[in-house]
Amino acid sequence: MNPYVPLLAVLVVAFLLPVLLLAISSVAGPKRDEREKGDPYECGVPQPDNPHHRFPIKYYLVAVLFLLFDVEAVFLYPWAVVYRDLGVFGLIEMSIFLGMLLIGLIYIWKRGALEWD
Amino acid sequence: MPAELFMPFVMVLVAALLPLQLLPAMIWAERKVSAFIQDRTGPNRADILGIRLGGVIHSIADVVKLIAKEDMTPSKVNSFYYSLGPFLALFISLIPFSIIPLADTLKIGGAAIPLRAVTLDVGILFILAITSFHVYAVVFAGWASNNSFSLLGGLRSAAQMVSYELGLGLSLVGMIMVAQTLDLNEIVRQQGGTIFGILPAWNVFLQPLGFLIFVVSIFAETNRNPFDLPEGESEIIGFHVEYSSMRFAFFFMGEYIAIIGGSAVVATLFLGGWQVPFFDTEMLRENAMLAARIAFGSTAALCVLLSIILMAYDKKLQALYTDKRRFEARVLLGIVVTLGAGAVGGLLFLPTLSSLGEQIVTAIVQNTFLVGKILLFCFFFIWVRWTLPRFRYDQLMNLGWKTLIPLALLNIFLTGVALVLFDRGA
Repeated sequence: MNPYVPLLAVLVVAFLLPVLLLAISSVAGPKRDEREKGDPYECGVPQPDNPHHRFPIKYYLVAVLFLLFDVEAVFLYPWAVVYRDLGVFGLIEMSIFLGMLLIGLIYIWKRGALEWD
Repeated sequence: MPAELFMPFVMVLVAALLPLQLLPAMIWAERKVSAFIQDRTGPNRADILGIRLGGVIHSIADVVKLIAKEDMTPSKVNSFYYSLGPFLALFISLIPFSIIPLADTLKIGGAAIPLRAVTLDVGILFILAITSFHVYAVVFAGWASNNSFSLLGGLRSAAQMVSYELGLGLSLVGMIMVAQTLDLNEIVRQQGGTIFGILPAWNVFLQPLGFLIFVVSIFAETNRNPFDLPEGESEIIGFHVEYSSMRFAFFFMGEYIAIIGGSAVVATLFLGGWQVPFFDTEMLRENAMLAARIAFGSTAALCVLLSIILMAYDKKLQALYTDKRRFEARVLLGIVVTLGAGAVGGLLFLPTLSSLGEQIVTAIVQNTFLVGKILLFCFFFIWVRWTLPRFRYDQLMNLGWKTLIPLALLNIFLTGVALVLFDRGA
């Protein structure tokens, strides 16, 4: 049998559990509409501005760096599986790849992309 | 009907029930261990008909309370993503259990029955892919809540999670180089036997540095102390500030199930999974009768011990209380005595096991060891929470990027050199 069929069953079970709990909760819980209750959480004042304002570029930078390094990490997986068959050849080749990864890391490090102040 | 057709679906139910059974136990353990470490009593009040079970009932009471609260949506939120966030948090955390092998593959009439729901040979990639979805739950919840605190909290958490995912992914590469496979059951099988005749051949001894990086990253991925900046709710407001009732509970159920799942992955990849130290599957199957006798015997002995403790406890309760609580020990004593009698009966009237029976006994023994390892590691999670203080955010990012990633690269390189120098098998 295709191994993805039970996976589908797992997804269905994992989907049904939160839906079921939410359904029970919406039936069992009280419903009282008050205008103040729907207001955003604040320190006792009305919300001062639109919450979707600008945020530091740092977070965006981290996301981009993550994508770069994660893709490189994925390249390591197939190599790691066959490494013992490749022997010295695999070691040298991957040392070059890891070296470039390391140079990239040192570069962003020196350029201050990893500094939080 | 051939067993190999319906067994996967039985295992789907097992994989779904395992986290849901361990979840109340984990919440209970968290409170009781916290109490123990801080030298206080911990939960002991909630009861059903006087039965308190040392606070286990509090977990049930909590669930009932959270379900009975009003399920409200603040007025200006983006309601689709607002609902999707907590839903994803729970949904994603339930999936990895399906890929954990619970015991060695059964062989029934020539057909191999793997004891896990999803038999993929890319198990590690599957787990990494699924766990990376946790970030979406946090970002959706933080962004959709229409609140500056949530937005910033969500971004902070997302940056933390993606940073430590790199360490998580890279730390496993060394382990895969040794194992030469991504299939979880195969990785567990390779961890049988011993190194130097004394240590079990678990990956933690072959890959200590990889293990360390992996554990630190798992702590950060599940937002646990010392990396619990996403949830330092009293000091820095997190992404779930606008949530209430069951949706709020989803984040915490998701977190606890992710902790159990993380422990299961650590146990499988590094602590030998279902391997019983020094006893491989064949040896267990040959000695299945003995194993069953030991299991029944130790259960009976444990029941005798528990009965003695409960009798002393009963005396105490009789002196302390006049209400229904005084009968607690007697009810528990009844259950323990019944269990003990069952164990003794099993010991006395144990039939000679068939080949299938031997395999089932072996599977039960192996699964017990796996769950034991998972529980031990969950305890480690709780222990660390009450030992280490929280990181500052810049320290956290520095640890992730400037320490763990270079260390993981070093680990890969060292593993590569060691394999070239010492590997006789290649």
